[in-house]
Amino acid sequence: MSLFSHFDYWVMIFLAMAGLFIVIARGNLIKKLVGLGIFQTSVYLLYLAPGKIVGGTAPIIDAAFKVYSNPLPHVLILTAIVVGVATLALGLALVVRIREAYGTIEEDELLRHEAPDAGGESRP
Amino acid sequence: MKRDMVLRVVAKLLIPFILLFAIYVQFHGDFGPGGGFQAGVILAAAMVFYAMIYGLDNARRVLPDWLVESMLAAGVLLYLGVGFAGLLLGGNFLDYFVLDRDPVAGQHRGVFWIELGVAITVCGVMLKIFYLFAARGQDEA
Amino acid sequence: METLIVNTLLSLMVVAVVVLARTRNLFAVIVLFGLYSFLMATVMVALDAVDVAMTEAAVGAGISTVLMLGALHLCRSEEAKPAHKPWLPLAVTAATGLVLVYGTLELPAFSDPAAPIHTHVAPRYLEDGPRETGIPNVVTAVLASYRGFDTLGETTVVFTAGAGIIALLRRRRRNSRDGT
Repeated sequence: MSLFSHFDYWVMIFLAMAGLFIVIARGNLIKKLVGLGIFQTSVYLLYLAPGKIVGGTAPIIDAAFKVYSNPLPHVLILTAIVVGVATLALGLALVVRIREAYGTIEEDELLRHEAPDAGGESRP
Repeated sequence: MKRDMVLRVVAKLLIPFILLFAIYVQFHGDFGPGGGFQAGVILAAAMVFYAMIYGLDNARRVLPDWLVESMLAAGVLLYLGVGFAGLLLGGNFLDYFVLDRDPVAGQHRGVFWIELGVAITVCGVMLKIFYLFAARGQDEA
Repeated sequence: METLIVNTLLSLMVVAVVVLARTRNLFAVIVLFGLYSFLMATVMVALDAVDVAMTEAAVGAGISTVLMLGALHLCRSEEAKPAHKPWLPLAVTAATGLVLVYGTLELPAFSDPAAPIHTHVAPRYLEDGPRETGIPNVVTAVLASYRGFDTLGETTVVFTAGAGIIALLRRRRRNSRDGT
């Protein structure tokens, strides 16, 4: 195992963890959704990378080529991307409704709002 | 953005090509990169582009709400219809080999209608989502 | 050469994500996310996933950026200064990342032709797919024919998400009618 044989997996894991960090550490709901999107898309790459063969070509069969990359991850991720954007839009719709109901999309303020008696009524 | 001359002219020049590309991607998906998912999204992107430059009301006149909402369901129903067509012709659910006397031609026929169904649903959903967000923005303004 | 291109593009993505995590202006965050998506589409081309790259460029960089900007316009928000120091989340993500890296050590090396992924299901599709379905693009053949049931499910999920968004955002018209 040379140093670079797994380098791109590690970079993809870093991207996924950066997304997870944004989801956990940032309070703004739109930023959280962006973090979720980064996590999700880095998983796409983690899926596609093992299917690649260096020197191969895209899996469109032609007599001129012998080596093709693996088509199966492509199929799975292709549908996942479109489903991903539909669910992202669903999340954004929820954020818009939260903003209309509470006037804020910051998690801390929302929690204060929801607290039974501490700050709920005192907010303007 | 409605009154910007440059944007309007560029949009008018580009949109036919985007639509043509979407149709190419849809029907050439068997032989090159492409297919229903991509074509549906590109089609929706062309309409979103139109709506951003010429205004949501004009876009709604081109593709009215009832049509977009029926596209949502029509695509899935078309897909299911191909599945049941396979059943009716004596095969399994989503079995394309029975759709034509020649199995390979049957595959082509099945894939064609399925990709069309996928494109219709994806385009409808993307457009509907955009319409809803944009209409909310208009109401607030 | 191909590996070098992939690694360079991935490093650019890391830069985009690190800047994104540190930016608090949400408009800039969304534009950076679009940039990240375009870089990802380029990586996908380098990984031979041309169908996926086309989808990612149209969906990730196009439609989802527009939708996020639309939502941002409705929320008119700037991210607040974080109240806590981010040490705990940083520790959690670092620990998770280390476990995942440990997991990759047993994986076959990048682009190893003898890896199990290349020796089992895929050769069947690559060899028999064009003959059985008459479709040279194996991705389309598998998507629409071999795994048609799977795609039916995905289409239904997209449909359901659309229906959910309609249910969430369409109340406006009834409100305005009630108001008058």
